[in-house]
Amino acid sequence: MIEELYDEKLKILEEKANEIRRLIIEMLFEAGSGHSAGPLGMADIFSALYFHILRHDPKNPNWQDRDRLVLSNGHICPVQYAAMALAGYFPKEELKTLRKINSRLQGHPHRTSLPGIENTSGPLGEGISQAIGMAIAAKLDKKGYHIYCITSDGEHQEGNIWEAYMFLGKNQLENLTIIIDRNYIQIDGFTEDVMPLEPLKQKLESFGLHVLEVDGHNIRAFVDAVREARSEWKRTSVIIAYTIPGKGVSFMEKKFEWHGKPPNKEEAKKAIDELRTLGGKIISEHQ
Amino acid sequence: MLNPELKLNPKIFEEPEERPIRDGFGDALLELGEKNSNVVVLTADVAESTRVHKFAEKWPEKFIECGIAEQNMAGIAAGLAVSGKIAFISSYATFSPGKNWETIRTTIIYNNANVKIAGHHAGIATGPDGATHQATEDIAIIRCLPNIRVISPCDYFEAKKATLYSADIYGPFYLRFVREKTPVITTEETPFRFGKIEYFWKPKTEKAEIAIMATGYLLYQALLAAKELQEEGIDVCVLNVHTIKPLDEKTLLEVANKVKGIVTVEDHQIHGGMGSAIAEFLAKTKPLRIEFIGLQNTFGESGNIKDLIKKYGLDKESIKSAVKKLLS
Repeated sequence: MIEELYDEKLKILEEKANEIRRLIIEMLFEAGSGHSAGPLGMADIFSALYFHILRHDPKNPNWQDRDRLVLSNGHICPVQYAAMALAGYFPKEELKTLRKINSRLQGHPHRTSLPGIENTSGPLGEGISQAIGMAIAAKLDKKGYHIYCITSDGEHQEGNIWEAYMFLGKNQLENLTIIIDRNYIQIDGFTEDVMPLEPLKQKLESFGLHVLEVDGHNIRAFVDAVREARSEWKRTSVIIAYTIPGKGVSFMEKKFEWHGKPPNKEEAKKAIDELRTLGGKIISEHQ
Repeated sequence: MLNPELKLNPKIFEEPEERPIRDGFGDALLELGEKNSNVVVLTADVAESTRVHKFAEKWPEKFIECGIAEQNMAGIAAGLAVSGKIAFISSYATFSPGKNWETIRTTIIYNNANVKIAGHHAGIATGPDGATHQATEDIAIIRCLPNIRVISPCDYFEAKKATLYSADIYGPFYLRFVREKTPVITTEETPFRFGKIEYFWKPKTEKAEIAIMATGYLLYQALLAAKELQEEGIDVCVLNVHTIKPLDEKTLLEVANKVKGIVTVEDHQIHGGMGSAIAEFLAKTKPLRIEFIGLQNTFGESGNIKDLIKKYGLDKESIKSAVKKLLS
């Protein structure tokens, strides 16, 4: 049961999202490579998941009854690493090891490297299938945990995804909720220019899935959408979350050029200043 | 002579019984279903021909039909496996691990998921279906992956034992199965020792000049060749290489130190298969001449197994010629 979001908790989740964004910028600058736009765009959703929705125990990551969070588009892992560090899975200091030698924080997440990571990913289109396997296992074992799978819109160009949707059309698994990060960008440009996905909602509905749409930066609306998805007891739910790539850093927003590169020193400073002041809403003592 | 310690089929040289290797897999799954509640089986629209249909009838809730979607099958198996299940994925080797190789690499092997990949219709022995369905590169593409275990059984009984063994050991396995009926070489009593290269034919004089190392059903052709060579006064030994990875380096080195040359025998491309694995090891420890019996940089074609192994040089005559070439 996911609780309704009250104003005080909402404020906490918004602050966590902002902190996640700051950590993303810091770790990407430190790493010198990696993806910026996707992780920033998903910070609000990860805040909601790790600090309100998921039933989990950071001190006991292998707890058998935990909810599973499967990240299909592994390249946005900085947002997951940041959320996990804030939740207490590992020290925040470790975020600086991202993409470096001997780190548990691989450039694309590796399950056996870091406790709390449920699947190895990076090559696209493979997460929903693995989430299906986990959902079937939960049913066979009569366990009540829920599986959440985060996917990107771009990776819906992979055939594997549609194989998985076809499977779900036949074997409706209500203990699985899929969240699509609909940010309209991919490496080579805008999704609708590279290989159009629309009408995405109708396509998913035609597979027999329960489809919801939500503003991916409105944490309250997102939590409500997940609550609605969880109340569906017959079908697998898919939440299309509309997000702004690069959200929170003005010069990165909506620019596909920021899909796969990190900020340099000046850009990182500028980004963190913006995040500290919430885009100028707060007067910083450093200014 | 046949190695008496292994309790091999005594009628091996008198028209032995023939059974499909794939049946050994199917029968093992039935036993596993009884024995281990965590075993689940997945297929991609080839339940009957990969012999998982009986498991499906008996345990429908633990059988997952994925339709013609091998990538999805591999991913679902990975998800089941990291949730505590022992997942067998069963399809034709040209499609799995052929078509879904990267999904297997990422979600099963690198992810260290407890998935057993059953690759069926291996080799030109698949016969009339033709080259599209004859997996002749599967060993090469699977054995290069770190930490996978690879078994290529020689007959029905070995297939059954290998399948049962794989369920007991955590981690990814590749099991290679053949469609057509092939001679039963071993018996129910023959021990299956994973990771061991076994002497199936020992020389009369204990001084074999050539070792024949065979994997899969062609081991029978190797035994026929050894018997005929002995009658011609040429003493060889024949070894069964059922475990291709990890390779039994100890036995391999012992054998290499005793002989002048080695003939490797497999129904697979000569590039990247069992013979290559042996050559990779011996090149750095005990370089010696090797003749590679296998597909010589060519695809197969439709035909019956007997005609095919003759045309593509995998039969006993080809093995005998290879032995004589090394002795000349």
